[in-house]
Amino acid sequence: MIRIEQIVGSRVGGIIRGWTGKIDGINRRYATPKIKMSRGVKFVLLILRVYLILLVLLLAYKFWTMLGQGGV
Amino acid sequence: MDFGSTFFYKYRRFVKALKIYLLLAGPGLIVMLADNDAGGITTYTVTGAKYGYGLIWFLLLLLPVAYVVQEMTVRLGAVTKRGHAEAIFDAFGPFWGWFSFLDLALVNWLTLITEFIGMTAAMSIFHIPPIFTIAIVSVVMLLMVLQGRYWTWEKIAIVFAVLNLIYIPAAFLVHPSVGEVLGQGLIPHFPGGFDGTLFFFLMANIGTTIAPWMIFFQQSAVVDKGMKEKDIPFGQMDTLIGSAFTVIVAIFVVVVTGTVLYGMQIDSAAQAATIMMGFNHWLGTFVAIGLFDAGFLGAICISLASSWAFGEVFGWAHSLNLKIREAPWFYACYILAILSAGAVVLIPDAPLILITLFVQVIAVTLLPAALVFLLLLLNNEEIMGKYKNTLAQNIAGIVIVTAIIVLSTLYGISTLFPHLFGG
Repeated sequence: MIRIEQIVGSRVGGIIRGWTGKIDGINRRYATPKIKMSRGVKFVLLILRVYLILLVLLLAYKFWTMLGQGGV
Repeated sequence: MDFGSTFFYKYRRFVKALKIYLLLAGPGLIVMLADNDAGGITTYTVTGAKYGYGLIWFLLLLLPVAYVVQEMTVRLGAVTKRGHAEAIFDAFGPFWGWFSFLDLALVNWLTLITEFIGMTAAMSIFHIPPIFTIAIVSVVMLLMVLQGRYWTWEKIAIVFAVLNLIYIPAAFLVHPSVGEVLGQGLIPHFPGGFDGTLFFFLMANIGTTIAPWMIFFQQSAVVDKGMKEKDIPFGQMDTLIGSAFTVIVAIFVVVVTGTVLYGMQIDSAAQAATIMMGFNHWLGTFVAIGLFDAGFLGAICISLASSWAFGEVFGWAHSLNLKIREAPWFYACYILAILSAGAVVLIPDAPLILITLFVQVIAVTLLPAALVFLLLLLNNEEIMGKYKNTLAQNIAGIVIVTAIIVLSTLYGISTLFPHLFGG
């Protein structure tokens, strides 16, 4: 298995490893959401996800049309 | 008890309550006046130039909107003793936590750039080069936090917040007709009829009222100040007074520009200040100082909101009560945000207008999530206990949050597609 240190050197690799370790730690600490996931909460979070996907699609469409017009 | 004793007793109680309020006042007042940042002042300036006094009634509606949302952050901060970024991670898990945090970091940084744009534009009216403005502002912002006490930072910030009221004397300089201001401004109507352009302006005014950084800033400030459950009524009073001030300033900006610039094509607050300089030197000076101060207030709050969020998420020490050696990462984030945002403004031919538009679009990806999480957290009895939302608070909260989400989303979309609403 290729270690990150082999690609970017031991110093930078150590820093990246330190940060990914920290992010893993945060993910583990908050792995279980404290709020009770009732049907209402689940529904609201689903709506939020759909809303964000639609916004990202709109942004992508805008970027695509700008690209087509040579605006980027 | 006779009348004199009763009066004296009530007077003492009032003085005691006032002293406690003055000790606890700060986060609400600062966040609300910083809400009138460079972008906000620009919006009100353009609104006044376009519609005169015709939309003052609409600005009055922003008071309950701002209060209802920000009051919830006071209760959440005082009860949980956690900032909003940490609260989202804790309650909703890593996916929503990282989404909110990264989105906040990006939108705050972009907004910080717009504050620097506003400050440099305002100072260029006095022929001060942007590099000097950015250097001096950066030094002042650093000195404000490096003294090592939240209380001192807050009192300095309040001085700058009060300077935001400069639009009130500016309004007296233009001698508006009080009858016209009241007659045209207070009766709800749509000047020129309801069309796409007017709708765009209504969306823009709502969009500037609540920004994502405000929610994160006030909750973190309440925590850093050490407010407890018993302090909530004072925090609420602070937020209410701040909301009133933010609307008063917005109205006076509209009165100034509606009197002097009505009917002109105005695109920015700096352009308005330059024109006013020709109309009356003092008026132009006041408006330019107001714009600079608005950008400065926004900058000090936004950079802190980001630094607090970084500290909360990564578990670093994050308090203005700590010295730089005790919270090095917290201050490093703060300094990096200021220097990098200032540097972008100094880049020749940087796409500053594109950045300004991009802020509005990115903000609408974060604002709905932050508002929805706020409502969900405030309804959780395990987290909030007896401080959870009442039915009346929920009705007001849901109506206002829904309105903000719909209007700010349409505003963001109309920024992407400018001809959608005829704007």
